[in-house]
Amino acid sequence: MIKILDLKKSFGKEEVLNGLNLTIQDGEITVILGRSGAGKSVLLKHIIGLTKPDDGKIFVNGDEITSMTEKELNRIRVDFGMLFQEGALFDSLSVWENVAFPLVEREHLPKAEIRTRVAKKIDQVELTGMDDKMPSELSGGMKKRVGLARALVTDPKIVLFDEPTSGLDPITENSITDLILKTHEIEKITYVIISHNIKFALAVADKIAMLHKGKIYAEGTPAQFQKSRDPLISGYVSGNLNEIMHG
Amino acid sequence: MFRVPSLVLDWISEKVLHFGRITLLFLDAVRWAVRPPYRIMNILRQMDFVGTKSLSIIITTGAFTGMVLALHGYLTFRHFNAESLVGATVAVGMAREMGPVIAAIMVVGRVGSAMAAEIGTMRITEQIDALTSMSINPVQYLVVPRIIAGITMMPILASLFSLAGFIASYFISVAVLHISGGDFIYHVHDLLEMNDYTNGLIKSVFFGFFLTLIGCYYGYYATGGAEGIGKATTRAVVVASVTVIVSDYILSAMMFK
Repeated sequence: MIKILDLKKSFGKEEVLNGLNLTIQDGEITVILGRSGAGKSVLLKHIIGLTKPDDGKIFVNGDEITSMTEKELNRIRVDFGMLFQEGALFDSLSVWENVAFPLVEREHLPKAEIRTRVAKKIDQVELTGMDDKMPSELSGGMKKRVGLARALVTDPKIVLFDEPTSGLDPITENSITDLILKTHEIEKITYVIISHNIKFALAVADKIAMLHKGKIYAEGTPAQFQKSRDPLISGYVSGNLNEIMHG
Repeated sequence: MFRVPSLVLDWISEKVLHFGRITLLFLDAVRWAVRPPYRIMNILRQMDFVGTKSLSIIITTGAFTGMVLALHGYLTFRHFNAESLVGATVAVGMAREMGPVIAAIMVVGRVGSAMAAEIGTMRITEQIDALTSMSINPVQYLVVPRIIAGITMMPILASLFSLAGFIASYFISVAVLHISGGDFIYHVHDLLEMNDYTNGLIKSVFFGFFLTLIGCYYGYYATGGAEGIGKATTRAVVVASVTVIVSDYILSAMMFK
């Protein structure tokens, strides 16, 4: 379980997170929904210790991580996988080498086991036969698939997704949505996804948490969000940006 | 009225910030260099990039530097009937200064800029965050192998630069300027000391360290998009070149008394 308490973060005079509280349950898909620039990526980077907060605490499976040293954080990060917005694949490595990277560099597993696990994950994200392709030869959707295979290859307990559908055409967006649901069905682990895409959030989430003005404005199931009469939530669900901008 | 002092203060505080951050990056690199895992293949790849792939440019520029030194030495020394001193002048100049400094400037242009651009791109495309998220320390993975490659390869490159320059100057002196080959070698043997060469090597270790640390630093702290990488690359080349020249004077003043 991830528990975030009164998290605050500012960049210069700009207050991005303003006393944010959120609990993320094990094994669920939690989508943190918010407009671009609302601080979603900043929140995600706090959860994995890439950014330090100005104030507040984050507990990951009972361990308070904001006061941890880099060495202690590395111990916690072993439980995480992360899919970055543009994939963050290593340019000089092939698809196979990218997926194998955490196993080779961190886990130091025998070669045969690495080959088995990488082949399984590449197959799971439906990229069989693409092992030797370089990142520059891949489309945006394929890069995200490789990124997802790399995030899952270490069998993490928690996977963080940074805008998995941004910059994709509707067909690729649907296939990534299906892939996230399919891998979650297989892995049964905690998925924390940040997105501005309400259609995607309603399709995949067990729980949606809406980020607005540096705080969690509302939490609930997709059904509760769809039925909500709150002007900000209904504005977001219906895509009425005017309400969101001035809410 | 207070604008000028404020600009000066901003400039000083920016320089202090850079100095502080580069010192911290250096200390971090030292700390991670001694901790396992030791990524030997990663270090060898960087040594190949810094050393082997710089060979052609180092030998070419070294040869032409030796040739031009021989030519100017000849034009000056002939007024005193001392043309045979050309070899000794080139050898001492190459071993003490030209080899370490010009080789370092060439490597700054080829390697320092590439390091800033590559690490800067990794920063901007979140590849460095990806390393951290996988519990792999980016300083240990990216910076340490590059610094080790710089301090081990730069003395070899400086030696090859000097050697190429010396051989080229010999051929120009003997074949074109008609200086006696025996006199050329005799004066080199007479005036060149081992100390000249070893001090040059020590300087090139420092230059290799400075240029890789500065290249990595500007890449590691790059911000913005393509423009940010462009700025980081330019700054890395300018700052590393100036550092090589300034540190050359300081090291020379300490070594050659």
